[in-house]
Amino acid sequence: MVFPKTNSTPASGPVTLLIGTRKGGFLLASDSARGQWKVSAPLHLGNIVHHMALDPRDGKTLLMAARTGHLGPTIFRSTDGGGTWQEAEKPPAFHKPAEGSKALVVDHAFWLTPGHASEPGVWYVGTSPQGLFRSEDGGKTWEGVAGFNENPRRYEWVGGDQEGPPGGATLHSINVDPRDPKHLYIGMSSGGVFESTDRGDTWQPLNKGCSADFLPDPDASYGHDPHCMRLHPLAPDRLYQQNHCGIYRMSRPEGVWVRIGKNMPADVGDIGFPIELHPRDPNTVWVFPMDGTTVWPRVSPGGKPAAYISRDAGETWSRQSNGLPAQDGWFTVKRQAMCNDTHAPVGLYFGTTSGEVWGSNDEGESWRCLVRYLPEIYSLEAAEFK
Amino acid sequence: MRVIIPPALHSYTEGKGEVSADGATLADVLAVLDNRYPGMRFRIIDEQGGIRRHIKIFVNQTQANGIEESLNPTDKILIVCALSGG
Repeated sequence: MVFPKTNSTPASGPVTLLIGTRKGGFLLASDSARGQWKVSAPLHLGNIVHHMALDPRDGKTLLMAARTGHLGPTIFRSTDGGGTWQEAEKPPAFHKPAEGSKALVVDHAFWLTPGHASEPGVWYVGTSPQGLFRSEDGGKTWEGVAGFNENPRRYEWVGGDQEGPPGGATLHSINVDPRDPKHLYIGMSSGGVFESTDRGDTWQPLNKGCSADFLPDPDASYGHDPHCMRLHPLAPDRLYQQNHCGIYRMSRPEGVWVRIGKNMPADVGDIGFPIELHPRDPNTVWVFPMDGTTVWPRVSPGGKPAAYISRDAGETWSRQSNGLPAQDGWFTVKRQAMCNDTHAPVGLYFGTTSGEVWGSNDEGESWRCLVRYLPEIYSLEAAEFK
Repeated sequence: MRVIIPPALHSYTEGKGEVSADGATLADVLAVLDNRYPGMRFRIIDEQGGIRRHIKIFVNQTQANGIEESLNPTDKILIVCALSGG
């Protein structure tokens, strides 16, 4: 099914990229034309910043998920565009376990998602190990979503005590249905995609059709490894995910993942980490393929980095590498390190583990390096401050 | 009693490398400190009461195994950030 394009109004002002790195946060701010970019001094230098996000409801509140190598995890909050920060009064933390249950400790907060437009102040955060927490006061205090964290089946869903991917097992890809604040999606590495229709009280796996070639049961209900899953905000019955085992699309209510990565060039494959959606066209999607062969180098295939775009919901794909290194470019782009703005044409951005941010003002047709020499980049978000 | 604070926590203690706090156990002292410097305890003690992996706490010359350890009024507490990689 092809969705019609939507009519939301494109942005036209400056864009600020929120950059989370292994050594702190950075803001990379543009002028209105997105021609000149200026990087800030480090924010919380020395902190491991997994994610920063802007609250689109007020257009000014920033949250930062941080920890250091020594100190435990916390959330920092800014209401002045990153000028000053306050630490959460009650950071995300698991409850004491029930008798016979395993005690869980948050290693780091990983993925921040603002809540529904009708619920100002509500935020969600996914953690490592897999936990889901909610704030109802703009990120000052956090409570666990008991229906997930204390669910008797959680241990089974996440595959027990396994460490998960490098960096630890995570709960990520928290998506809130714009039609219904009680309708939530999450992704877990490992665990798979899950859905709740009651604000997180109960959960159902949503992995039908998705491959999991590392599991003994090819049709397992859960245990999958989504790398990044996105719901289109203007067509919320359309989901896309970049999985450990390919690129997929789902239409609701059917609820079956279709491997649209089969349509990628065979010599590139359909493995990668991020997936990005066009803000006004539910049929346009970008990925940034990684080498997932043999021992999984997780770098640009052949040392030739490129984004791939589909404008027909994954039926066909086109390479977008103009301006990127033609060879010897061994990029790794993590699952949170690709983003887009809402200008027309859409600006597309990605950050590499080698500390470069690349940008395109023409929906990926041409690229240029916006900043280099940053620490290892974990995440990138395009913020449009009000 | 004297509590030596590592540089990584000076943002909580207004730059002080040494503070005073009393208590019958390490947990009591940490509670006093967290009341005075909100948020500091959770950065070094996890939600299950464990000392975080890269934090060591010494009572005088002896490494504490947990925060329930009893203290004497003359004890000196040393909080240390151990190595955590580059």
